[in-house]
Amino acid sequence: MDEQLKTELRKQGIVATTLQELYNWGRKNSLWPLNFGLACCAIEMIAASMARYDMARFGAEVFRPSPRQADLMIVAGTVTKKMAPQVVRLYNQMAEPKYVISMGACAISGGPFKQGYNVLKGIDRYIPVDVYIPGCPPRPEALIDALMMLQKLIDEQSLTGADRPRHLQADALSEFVVPQFGEHDLEPPENPEVWQPELINISLAGTDDAGNN
Amino acid sequence: MTLETIKSEIETKVPGCVLEIVPNPSPSAQHSLRIDPAHAVAIATFLRDSEDLRFDYCSNVTGIDWPDKEISEKVKVKQIVDGVEKEVEEVRKSHTIGYLEVVYHLFSMEKKHGPVILRMRTEDRAEQVHLPSLTPVWQSAEFQEREIFDLYGVIFDGHPDLRRILMWDGFKDHPMRKDYVEPDDYEYEPTAHDEVLERARQHRTVMGAQ
Repeated sequence: MDEQLKTELRKQGIVATTLQELYNWGRKNSLWPLNFGLACCAIEMIAASMARYDMARFGAEVFRPSPRQADLMIVAGTVTKKMAPQVVRLYNQMAEPKYVISMGACAISGGPFKQGYNVLKGIDRYIPVDVYIPGCPPRPEALIDALMMLQKLIDEQSLTGADRPRHLQADALSEFVVPQFGEHDLEPPENPEVWQPELINISLAGTDDAGNN
Repeated sequence: MTLETIKSEIETKVPGCVLEIVPNPSPSAQHSLRIDPAHAVAIATFLRDSEDLRFDYCSNVTGIDWPDKEISEKVKVKQIVDGVEKEVEEVRKSHTIGYLEVVYHLFSMEKKHGPVILRMRTEDRAEQVHLPSLTPVWQSAEFQEREIFDLYGVIFDGHPDLRRILMWDGFKDHPMRKDYVEPDDYEYEPTAHDEVLERARQHRTVMGAQ
């Protein structure tokens, strides 16, 4: 519908909209996060939800203690290998549509513990992540920025067509592999359906422009 | 109170124990007392209960892995070559068996002194890795001994609840040992350098990609 016509109609007290707009508007303004934190990032997440930063302004104030009632998983903190199966299981238990914000260096890549023996090198090895927030830990403003970015993403989704969101595709993957505790590592170490890292050319890393060491 | 007097006091009170002062050559000169595992609990109980020592607080328990070492040193030996005595350099190799070590830091809250540092060593790194637990003497050692069991593989006899604490129960390795082989998950290293770059390269050749 023509935008100008829409504003003209609105002046006359008539609201014209589409189902898609209404649907996306409803989803993006009632993102209820799952109430769980893993490390220091969770403290910033709590601060963001409290009065000073007040995430409630964006419709995300209701932290649900049950995955069945939550739309948004904020992976706030270090995901240890021992904790990873529980995080994936919680994600599986959430009802569609569901979104994931990977908050902080640890949740993105393992952060300062990347080369350690007990920390997962990024939660995106097992579950699809919508928004990443860098920082150690990110400030509440960064979390609010991520939330607004997620709202923008939701707003732009079209309900029909090949690029429609996952929860409207009948054959899309809805349950993700929960890793098991193996003898040396988690099994599987990553979910190839979710985690397809870009092959960057590391053969030149550590050399100058001419290729010398 | 010096470590020597504590040593001699223990030797009189705990008959048959074998003690050794392990010197610390650094400026801190924080020497420690190596005790034999067989008398460890008796020594610890004495240190805790003795009237003038009263080491009632164990602040820290540490594990150390000492791998097998091969030392080669050049020695000048006099040999008779063709009837003439000559000095010939010879390389002698000596092999020391590695062991695991556990270090306890003791303080006295009552007497306001410390620390006294106790060390215990296992026979080797593979089979005989049993040491007596000092948790019955100092409760604060419980979680730290569990951690050492988890990360180094020292089995503490007499520990009330010896389970892994950081890694899961089915885990087989001991990650803090020097010869720990970490899983190969170096597929994505955006800013690889030094050791990490080396590992990322190895991963690529193993997986057949460049």
